[in-house]
Amino acid sequence: MEKQFRIFRFDPEAGGEPHYQSYTVSARPEERILDCLNRIKWEQDGTLGYRMSCAHGVCGSDGMRINGVCALACQKLVKDYADSVEITIEPLPFFKVLKDLIVDMDEFLARIASMKPYLIPAEPPPEKEYLQSPQDHKKVEDVIRCILCACCTGACPVMRGENPDYVGPAALVWAYRFLYDTRDGQFTSRLEKLNEPDSVWPCVNYFECTRVCPKEIPITKSINMMKREIKKNLPNPGGE
Amino acid sequence: MVFKHDVLIVGAGLAGLRAATEVAGKADVALFSKVYPTRSHSGAAQGGIAAALGNEEPDSWEWHMYDTVKGGDYLSDQDVAEILAKDSIRAVYELEHLGVPFNRTPEGRIAQRNFGGHTRDFGAAPVKRACYAADRSGRVMMDTLYFEAVRKGIKIYPEFNVMDLIVQEGQVAGLVACELATGKIHFFHARSVLIATGGYGKVYKVTSNAFASTGDGLYLTYKLGIPLEDMEFVQFHPTGIYGLGVLISEAARGEGGVLRNNAGERFMERYAPTIKDLAPRDMVSRAIFTEIRQGRGVNGEDFVNLDLTHLGEKKLAEKLSDISSFVKIYLGLDPVKELIPIHPTCHYMMGGIPTNTHGQVLDLHNNPVPGLYAAGECSCISLHGANRLGCNSLLDLVVFGRRAGAHICDELKNLSWVEPPPAPESATIERIRRLKERTAGDKAVVIRQRLQEIMTTECSVFRHEETLKNALTEIRALEDRYNRVSIDYKGDRYNTDLTDALELEHLLALGEAIVACALARTESRGAHWREDFPERVDEEWLKHTIVQKTNAGVSITYKPVSITRFEPKPRAY
Repeated sequence: MEKQFRIFRFDPEAGGEPHYQSYTVSARPEERILDCLNRIKWEQDGTLGYRMSCAHGVCGSDGMRINGVCALACQKLVKDYADSVEITIEPLPFFKVLKDLIVDMDEFLARIASMKPYLIPAEPPPEKEYLQSPQDHKKVEDVIRCILCACCTGACPVMRGENPDYVGPAALVWAYRFLYDTRDGQFTSRLEKLNEPDSVWPCVNYFECTRVCPKEIPITKSINMMKREIKKNLPNPGGE
Repeated sequence: MVFKHDVLIVGAGLAGLRAATEVAGKADVALFSKVYPTRSHSGAAQGGIAAALGNEEPDSWEWHMYDTVKGGDYLSDQDVAEILAKDSIRAVYELEHLGVPFNRTPEGRIAQRNFGGHTRDFGAAPVKRACYAADRSGRVMMDTLYFEAVRKGIKIYPEFNVMDLIVQEGQVAGLVACELATGKIHFFHARSVLIATGGYGKVYKVTSNAFASTGDGLYLTYKLGIPLEDMEFVQFHPTGIYGLGVLISEAARGEGGVLRNNAGERFMERYAPTIKDLAPRDMVSRAIFTEIRQGRGVNGEDFVNLDLTHLGEKKLAEKLSDISSFVKIYLGLDPVKELIPIHPTCHYMMGGIPTNTHGQVLDLHNNPVPGLYAAGECSCISLHGANRLGCNSLLDLVVFGRRAGAHICDELKNLSWVEPPPAPESATIERIRRLKERTAGDKAVVIRQRLQEIMTTECSVFRHEETLKNALTEIRALEDRYNRVSIDYKGDRYNTDLTDALELEHLLALGEAIVACALARTESRGAHWREDFPERVDEEWLKHTIVQKTNAGVSITYKPVSITRFEPKPRAY
């Protein structure tokens, strides 16, 4: 079948204004949106810029906005848009566009790094592994699915609107991952970090991050759990 | 501008990251990645990492070593397999201490499961040796090491495409890289370079590999006259999603899944009576092809089914959730209730840049090239021999990535700064200029797709002199066409059109090497199966293939295999 695409184009090097360009591709219903982008790039217009690598939702490169919703182009199929006359492809919102669908990831990764996303155990490691019960492992089972694709961050209305300094849902997923890892020894200091004004509190439960997460991580629920944890454990919870 | 670091690591997957974290603090180290580091293909590893921890049942490193050697059809260098098996236990504990979220046993220890070719008592029965985090083991290990690198403040150059290795008077002087965001070409001065760029599955049409897996690192050394080793050994993973090649982890069979033909028969019982569906990948892939060729493909088509329906919803959700989601997304099937159509998919390259056990790259005369290292899938330390066992790859990356990092630190004191030639980046700039200036000619995609087609039809699981000769002729014609390839995009920013064209040069050279080596080896061993020579012939062929690029094509020589503990025996499972 023939499918129409309307793709955001911007090349600061060429000096032009951002605009949309239309393409028509023939594609089977079960093909990925990424397959269509590849066909456009390979067969029609080699100037089109986007990131991709694994093509099956593991590497997290091809987060973009498809018909207004942040998603991985390799995880959405043509048939998912059977009702659309034209599929609109845009870069992730909030992020600075470097070229076409390619956005600047540096600030996104820096905000995640600010959460110290690594284990800081209280004691030196044992000779073998740290013991952790299956129940304790389960606490982080959902959040370890994060692939850093930034769909959540692109979808967050808070970051786009009232508070661009909000650390963002992805950074909070990584904070959660270590806050609740029983091997970690920084529970209180991690909570204090999460209690900072631009950390958990700007989240006001739009649930957009949860809705778009390609790995189905319950992001908003996790943020709310951390808010409750702060209220329970710290003398000066922010937010209110 | 000239950049300078003691050590440059090309590739930020698990091997590169593990080497970098070893060097950090001891020398100035920088990591290069063609993609953002967290996009590297180590992250696609699903099933786990092998180590004889014995958390679920008795196990020993000697059994692990034996399985590795037998899995490799006795082409594995046994001194290397011994290092791997012995060091695996420390390596897995180290990952756990860094925070890798392994699944747990009821006692709180690292959980382990069955995996293909891993056995107890030297082949008696399957053993639970694979340590795992659901079916995203590689991803969580890579994220852990990536943030460890961030914590250590290691300099990372993301989206820098390394295009040339500069060697002066036989010693490494640095490399030339293109910053994809700007198109600028820079020279990086260094005393030591580690290549850890992963595999090159994109030589084939159907592959589990990422688009970035184009063998760039191998070509860096190959074009300088450094040979490649055992290139004919290409692993086809038995269970790729039919049509797409997306990987369905061997863990699916490790957890009890079985393969079924059109009659619903569990056909692996006929091919590997002892360990059945848990036979090594080369055997299972051949069995699937045989079933299909003999008319037992499902619905008369070229696929068989993977049956997970008896595992239950809970096990699939807890231990195989990523693959369950792939099946739902791409096939619209529910693996709890429905069979999954599968077909072998190009997965892993046993061959690569020859190295010793310290990761030092070896030249044609088996001597280390001062300052030059390789680790991971791009290397051939000759661990996996003719066929790699599942879960030995992640292990290879962290064990030998670390060893390379340690050796680099030791050697730095003996390595002076080599003065680079004038304008070391000029060859790269010229290569790009030629591509951009050309106005007429094939687009890279046309040649690439033809190459992938040829490799898949003529040089995959089953091979024959006739088809291999055809393939070689065709690839050489494509190489000729490549000299006239042209690109649409002449700009500098994120010119992936240009990157595609550059990568094609690598794929063509590696494809040629694979086919030439496959043609030369007139026996069947591991993943290399010659229909015209169906026997393994140890007297003549128990040796590694060494291939070197020449003006006339390639030249092939051989070197011996290290055999220390296990004399070659017929390989049955």
